[in-house]
Parts: sequence; structure tokens; C-alpha cells
Amino acid sequence: MNKDMKILIVDDFSTMRRIIKNLLRDLGFTNTADADDGNTALPMLQSGKYDFLVTDWNMPGMSGIDLLKAVRADPNLAHLPVLMVTAEQKREQIVEAAQAGVNGYIVKPFTAVTLKEKIDKIFERIDAS
Amino acid sequence: MTDNVEVDQDSLNLARKYVEQLEQGNQQEADNLLTELTNLRETELFQELGKLTREFHEAINGFNNDDRMSAMAQDEIPDARERLNYVIKKTDDAAHKTLNAIEEVLPIVESFESSVSQLGVEWERFLKKEMSPQEFRDLSQQIKDFFSATDGDLKNIKIHVNDILMAQDFQDITGQIIKRVITLVGEVEKSLVDLVKLGGGVATSTDEDSTQSKKVKTSTPGELEGPQIPGMESDEAVSSQNDVDELLSSLGF
Repeated sequence: MNKDMKILIVDDFSTMRRIIKNLLRDLGFTNTADADDGNTALPMLQSGKYDFLVTDWNMPGMSGIDLLKAVRADPNLAHLPVLMVTAEQKREQIVEAAQAGVNGYIVKPFTAVTLKEKIDKIFERIDAS
Repeated sequence: MTDNVEVDQDSLNLARKYVEQLEQGNQQEADNLLTELTNLRETELFQELGKLTREFHEAINGFNNDDRMSAMAQDEIPDARERLNYVIKKTDDAAHKTLNAIEEVLPIVESFESSVSQLGVEWERFLKKEMSPQEFRDLSQQIKDFFSATDGDLKNIKIHVNDILMAQDFQDITGQIIKRVITLVGEVEKSLVDLVKLGGGVATSTDEDSTQSKKVKTSTPGELEGPQIPGMESDEAVSSQNDVDELLSSLGF
């Protein structure tokens, strides 16, 4: 896993963006940017070379699930690893995210350990394939 | 409208007769006419009042039977209360977690301060060549001890600072909950405005539509539920990260 990889954090709450940013920095990932919803995030993903997307689900404007679907539908972004970090924990929604092609799913509130585990797992799979 | 003209005509005739009798000095006859005139007015007034009362009663009944209103009163307001209590708990926990971490960190920082200032004084003496070789050996030992203590202290500070960082996750959860309650309060406000309009409407019109039930809000599939509240979790929700992991692995993840 490349610690210099460029990560985009998408959440409508700025406190949560800062928490994730700080946790990632603690894990050694310092190359991060953030956006407050899918509408802001998508053009950033399309124009910048991001290696990893961490997104919330419920956001005004474009939601995280729609962002995920837009990413998978874009040939240039289709393979971008996506981790969803959300308070939505209905089975139906987790299944929907899985079907839309999410790479990891974390329910809030979460711990730094969980974040590390999921990121490790996502990149283990990617490196293995 | 034609009713009003007829009534006016009757009143006018009576009033004319009343004036006539007064002018002729027939007090008794004038009083009788005045009573007749008053009765005419009162009967009409009471009939109108009766009609208003009945319409208002029906309107209130219609309002009570409104499913959206009863859903709000029976489920959503108590539910909102639970949610707001959870907000209090989350913010309380976060404040305590933060304060605890600060209380752990402050003594470490204070001991740093005193060690650094004491070592600074000694170091200054060394630079001014005011120190004996034995004193310098002691100072070297102190510096060595300081470095080894500092290593552990800094690790501890980092742990506590991370605790403070994670304690801030309450804002996202409570923010989502409060947004939902604000939406509910907005709906209640709208219903109350409708009720007031209804009350005002009865006095001027008998608009049947205003008492009809509004659209019932049902939980649509795919609707976002937001944060789960301990003790009132949805049946369709998972309860922990482990459940999420299990569900995903059952889907081949």
C-alpha cells in the first residue's frame, strides 16, 4: 500500500471530515483532500488523480451511494477503491452499497482500529489481484 | 344575499312602525315592536352561531382523524424526544471523554514544563562554565532520564489527543438526529397553521376539502434512517460493525 496515495474524503459534516483526515494522517496517509457532497466530489475525482475515496452516504445534493454509482459508471474512475463510512446501517442499504460496488463499509460511530483494518483489507485485495 | 335583503325589509318595516308608535305616544305598543325587532335579530344570530359550532366541531373531528397528525402525536414526537435524549447523552459523553483526556494530558505537560525549565537553568550554568565536573555528570544523567521519560510521555499525550479527536464524532451523529427533529417540528408547525386556518375558515366558509385527511406518510423502502438510537433500533438495521462485516462476507466480500 502506497502511503503517498491521494485520498478524497467526502462528508457533509466538517467535523467528520477532519476526524477522518486526522485518523488517516495518523495511519501515515497525508495526501488527502475533502468535499462536502457528491456534486463537489465528482468533478474533483474526474480532474485529479485520486487513488482512494472515503465517502459518507447521507448528504444533501448528491448522496454517497449516487457518487459511488457515478464513479463505477465512469470508465476513468470505475476501478477506484471506495470505502463507505456512514450512520446508515439498514441491511437493505448495506446490500445496496455492495451491489453498487463498494469496497468497504464502516458504520458510525467507528474506531481508528476499524478504519485501519478496512483500509488494510481493501488494499490487500487490490494488491493480490 | 336575497335573505339579507328580506330581513332588512322586515326590520325596516318594524322600525318604521316603532318610530310611528313613539311619535303617537303609544309607549306600550312601541316596546312590543322593539321586542319583536330584537327577537328577529337574535333568532338569526343564534342560528348562525349554532351552524358555526357544528362546523367547528366537525372540523376538529376531521383534524383528529388525520392519520399524519396522529402518527406525529403518537409515534414521532415521543420518538423525537428519545432522539433528543440520545443527543444529550452523546454530547455529554463527548464532553467527558474530552475533559478526561485533557486532565490526563495537563499534568504531563506541566511536568515537562518544570523539567525543561530546571534543565535550562543547569544548562545555562554549564555554558557559563560555572559547573564542576561532578555537577556536569549529574546533569548528563538528568538529561538522559528526561529523554527516556519524554518518550513515554509523548506516546501518552498522543493517545489522549487521539481520544479527543475521536470524541468529536458526536457532532456528525447528533447533527443528523437534530436535522431530523427539525424536519418534524416543521411538519408540526405546518399542521398547527392548518388547524388555525381551519378554525378561521369555518367562520367564513364551509369548505369541505379543508377537513379531509392529508396524505399519510408511510415509510418508503430505500428511505434513509440515519443514526440508530440505542434501545429503539430498527429491525432492519444491523447493530454493529461485526454484523456489517458478516453481512458483507455472506455477499461474497
